Amino acid sequence: MRYPPGVSQPDFDRAVLEFEAAIGSDWVFTDEADVDLYRDAYSPMWGEEEEKIPSIALAPQSAEEVQALMRICNAYRIPVYPVSTGKNLGYGGSAPVLNGSVVLDLKRMNRIIEVSEDNAFALVEPGVSYFDLYNYIQELGLDLWIDCPDPGWGSLIGNALDHGVGYTVNPYRDHFEAHCGMEVVLADGDIVRTGMGALPNAETWQQYRWGYGPWLDGLFAQSNFGVVTKMGFWLYPAPEAFRSGSVQVMGYNDVHELVRVTARLMYSGVLNTNAGVQSPIQFVLGQNPEMAERYDRANAEDIRILDEFARSIDTPFWASQFKFYGPREIVDQSWEYTKRQFAHIDGVRFTDGENLDFPMPYEELMQTQDENHLGVPSMSVFQLGNRSNFNPTGSNGHLGFSPVVPMTGEAVIESNKVLGRVLREMGGSTVFNVPPYSYHQRTFTILVGFTVTRDVDANRKTREIFRELVKVAAEHGWGEYRTHTAFMDDCAQAYSFNNNALLRLQQRLKDAIDPNGIISAGRYGIWPKHLREDDDNA
Amino acid sequence: MRNVIFILMVFGAMQVQAQDAVHGKAVYEHWCSPCHAPGGRKHPGTSALEIIYKGEKPAVLEERLDLTPELVAAFVRNGVKIMPPFRKTEISDKDLADLGAYLSPR
Repeated sequence: MRYPPGVSQPDFDRAVLEFEAAIGSDWVFTDEADVDLYRDAYSPMWGEEEEKIPSIALAPQSAEEVQALMRICNAYRIPVYPVSTGKNLGYGGSAPVLNGSVVLDLKRMNRIIEVSEDNAFALVEPGVSYFDLYNYIQELGLDLWIDCPDPGWGSLIGNALDHGVGYTVNPYRDHFEAHCGMEVVLADGDIVRTGMGALPNAETWQQYRWGYGPWLDGLFAQSNFGVVTKMGFWLYPAPEAFRSGSVQVMGYNDVHELVRVTARLMYSGVLNTNAGVQSPIQFVLGQNPEMAERYDRANAEDIRILDEFARSIDTPFWASQFKFYGPREIVDQSWEYTKRQFAHIDGVRFTDGENLDFPMPYEELMQTQDENHLGVPSMSVFQLGNRSNFNPTGSNGHLGFSPVVPMTGEAVIESNKVLGRVLREMGGSTVFNVPPYSYHQRTFTILVGFTVTRDVDANRKTREIFRELVKVAAEHGWGEYRTHTAFMDDCAQAYSFNNNALLRLQQRLKDAIDPNGIISAGRYGIWPKHLREDDDNA
Repeated sequence: MRNVIFILMVFGAMQVQAQDAVHGKAVYEHWCSPCHAPGGRKHPGTSALEIIYKGEKPAVLEERLDLTPELVAAFVRNGVKIMPPFRKTEISDKDLADLGAYLSPR
């Protein structure tokens, strides 16, 4: 059995006996083979000394059992790392930030406590996956959609707490924004319900999120202040129809008007879902060193020649895909209205995309362009890095560097040039234009993907490039919305206004709420007092 | 009497095996088919096996005739490439034995 840091062996041995008494010995995993299943399968530090490996794992089945375990951990000051389903692959999976922490695996807490069709909400435990909730709704024939992220096996709660996103409409696609009400076990074993849940016999816990007094839910996302054991989510009443369409513009500078109009349509609610900016000419430019150089320099003469080049090969410089959900008449008219808003751009082209009516049989949904955009969970996204004809050996996982940038044409061009230069200069992927996408309302996120291997040198290089991207992006005012556990300190340090005032406040809250610093030490850069270096208050 | 006992024992064993296979199928459908169902475009497990076997073996696990419980267990507990290993809170040892029984030649 491995032992956690800062705990004597006799104390930990006693604690293990108490864990077994609290939840049963079958659910206290001490055998190294069992515990190794909690390593981060996509770790960019796999097999290196820096890789974080848990000591043991605990798998409670109820909030009461979580309370009992937290009391034991708090008494012995045992570092504990809660995970919902541990499927946050690419962001650390089920492995802790602090090596040797005890993993608190909440997968067995998998009850769907309530789903209301009329008021369109669900109340679930952390072990409930998107597949579970989707299947439950289908089996009962409820007229509701879920909003799911790319892989369907993750936890609704875990994904929302990490600010995960999906692809249908506002507010459902931003999973933390779509939540309403939480139950949280604190480090000392106390249990709290937020919002209207603080009212005994509350009848609107999943419908009125603010409750009474300061709203605290945000404290439990991307943090380490408690263990969330229940969470409510708003669900999307199934729409009648969906259609998509593409707007393509020919000139380099047309990106500004393309994005300006897109933003206006979003802020006014005509577009109530995500859209991105692709560059159809990107691949061709990448194959042409002269044009690639002109794109990177982009003075007036370069732009004139780039525009001529685009016209000569009849390829648009930029394109955006738009999606519409809702009643058939509104969906059709929204697309027509959207086209009219772009009609003044010289040479603009429009292409109709999918045009669907619901309900559709599952088999047909799985034949659409992307079922995740229709609220159907799947694992299709794992084609990313999978074995293919181009890469028959495949990868061992992936990572994403994902800074948030403004929704402007300037930011689209500037962020791709700046990040592209870092990648080229450091020998990383020479991706020319990483498509910005509005994963969250009112901003674009750039997603630079890396593959993870079992080659130590390759992974070290990836980490070096990733850290440089964090630094360079921050110099331009772009911060990550979420990151792998390996880079949580780097990203937290980038948010450094007023001598890291935000992080210092988070540390003060940590010290007050979890004074022994037992929960998820280091998560999102928040370290407890006894593990902080160079801290005047430590 | 000995024959009756023997018949009962065989019948009993068949019952257990049938019950395990039914549960194994449920385990498969819950945990494996999202990646290993037919149709490689939307199922990365099937897609990966198409690349590996190039038609020499079926890419869909349920169509394989050469799987053993031991082989199934090795992949489930160790993972391979982008497929992570599965923990005992996801697929218990009992689930895994039933899954192995279901995927072994029937």
